[in-house]
Amino acid sequence: MKPAEIAQTDLLKLDGVTKRFGGVCALEDVSFRVRRGHILSVIGPNGAGKTTLFNCITGIAAPDTGSVLFGDAQTCLNRLSPFNIAARGISRTFQTIRLFRHMSAIENVLVGAHTQLGAGLWGILTRARWVRIEEERAIGRAMRLLEFFGLEDKAHETAQNLPYGHQRRLEIARALASDPKLLLLDEPAAGMNPKEKEDLLALIRAIRSRGVTIVLIEHDMKFTMPLSDRVVVLDHGRKIADGTPEEVQRDGRVIEAYLGQREETAA
Amino acid sequence: MSFFDLALFKKDRGRQILLLIFLVALLVPIMDRNAYRVDVLVNAGIFMMLALGLNVIVGYAGMLNLGYAALFAVGAYAYGILNTTLGVPFWLGLPLAGLAAAGVGMLLAFPALRLGGDYLAIVTLGSGEIVRILLNNLDGWTGGPNGLLGIDHPTLPFGYDFGVASAPYYYLVIVLIAALIFALKRVECSRLGRAWMALREDELAAGAMGINLVWTKLSAFGIGGFIAGMAGSVFAAKQGTVSPDSFDFVVSVMVLAMVVLGGLGNIYGVLLGALALSLLPEFLRGFEIYRMLIFGAAMIGMMLFRPQGILGEAHHRAEYSRERRRAPRIPMKPSAGPTPGAAT
Repeated sequence: MKPAEIAQTDLLKLDGVTKRFGGVCALEDVSFRVRRGHILSVIGPNGAGKTTLFNCITGIAAPDTGSVLFGDAQTCLNRLSPFNIAARGISRTFQTIRLFRHMSAIENVLVGAHTQLGAGLWGILTRARWVRIEEERAIGRAMRLLEFFGLEDKAHETAQNLPYGHQRRLEIARALASDPKLLLLDEPAAGMNPKEKEDLLALIRAIRSRGVTIVLIEHDMKFTMPLSDRVVVLDHGRKIADGTPEEVQRDGRVIEAYLGQREETAA
Repeated sequence: MSFFDLALFKKDRGRQILLLIFLVALLVPIMDRNAYRVDVLVNAGIFMMLALGLNVIVGYAGMLNLGYAALFAVGAYAYGILNTTLGVPFWLGLPLAGLAAAGVGMLLAFPALRLGGDYLAIVTLGSGEIVRILLNNLDGWTGGPNGLLGIDHPTLPFGYDFGVASAPYYYLVIVLIAALIFALKRVECSRLGRAWMALREDELAAGAMGINLVWTKLSAFGIGGFIAGMAGSVFAAKQGTVSPDSFDFVVSVMVLAMVVLGGLGNIYGVLLGALALSLLPEFLRGFEIYRMLIFGAAMIGMMLFRPQGILGEAHHRAEYSRERRRAPRIPMKPSAGPTPGAAT
């Protein structure tokens, strides 16, 4: 079940990451590692710094101190632009859906595949053979991604006309189109009903079983606990716990900061 | 299956209609020997080129540009100066003017790297004016307010000179528009076209998808500028003279109105918008002094009742379903991480 034996090395390493916005310390000295093939959940109350953490990893915000190291080469991502980081194999979704709203579902996925394609202006204008093949492959692959997410009949639907649950799934499909090593999901189950959450759970497991490492932010303990290999708990920008779901659930500080009186129901 | 067949049929019919329009357009100067009307059409054609170019910047990439006339001016002056000083012939001047305007366009795009929306509109407004004022004051190069005189008309082998008649320019413009439609249609359904549109829709998400925002913005301004430069060189070659007043702020606004009125991001809509706005003042001549009043009212009415433009953006770009139809089912390589469909 847990493919920890397969890959023992770390894919992502955060080392003392601190991020301040004016006087507010959104992240303070946060360190943890993400193992290859793991699903790691980042949990914490509102305003704990979870999304800032994602922004620091993906280059949308640069950490003030500390470093974000990625991959075998332990490349430091601190000063790279978002597109550079994406090209290295980190893909993400957003807390509030950020699809390309006036583009069709398949075009959204094709934009996600941007880093996989190499056509330049000359190749596009002359429609060179390799560009045609590349494009056909990308379209075929995008179609299969949509099938995987049950969106194949919506391929030519404009993104903004899709129902909410489909938009959430389309965003994950778009993120996967770049063939990432690491997938960051920012509250993927937000606003979903229990049935949709159940489906999403299966999808995330299926994605992991294809060799993608996943970090996800989630509020719903019932959703993340059975899914995660490890859980990192943030509170007021500080890491207060880091361990297996069982360890975290037993941790006194976590219960105090986050679970409160709902200890029994969450466990 | 039937869906894809339908899409293919529609696509083919679209091509047939396009070909028909093209053939009819070729006959116009033969059927109508009125030089004035043909001349109006040539000017409409130049504006259609400009609208296609601005559509790349505003329609696809979503960057509001109020200084587009500056790039038109750079093209016109580039050919004018090259021709009057070095004797560069039109057919070489055309691409060179395009390149010059593309270069200036990319230079003017630098503010766009940091600004968006209204702020960018104000900056482009300013840079457009700067270019016009430079042309007015760099007397040594541009001839100042008098402009450049004696620019050569295009010639063809065996001694054919385009001269001052309108018909040859009409055919030149038609061919250039056809080539632009062909090229832009290809770009629209490509990695580059999708990157522009993603940029327009959501810059942050586009960056997170691995799109190089700097290069994507520069390329939109560069290609938009190239098209404006070509239109400018045709304009200069046709007039035989260029002066700064031809590249007033009003030109920028008119071209923008054509793009918005026709339908942002839709090539055919933009062409229709440019044609309509170029010809409408002519059709309204009967109303004499009320002409521009009616023209303005028509624009207001259009925006009230059809804000998406004459033709909205084509969401269902048929190309994707068509190519999907031909797409071979290539098995994924095993290393390719998320290979859904391969297993499930």
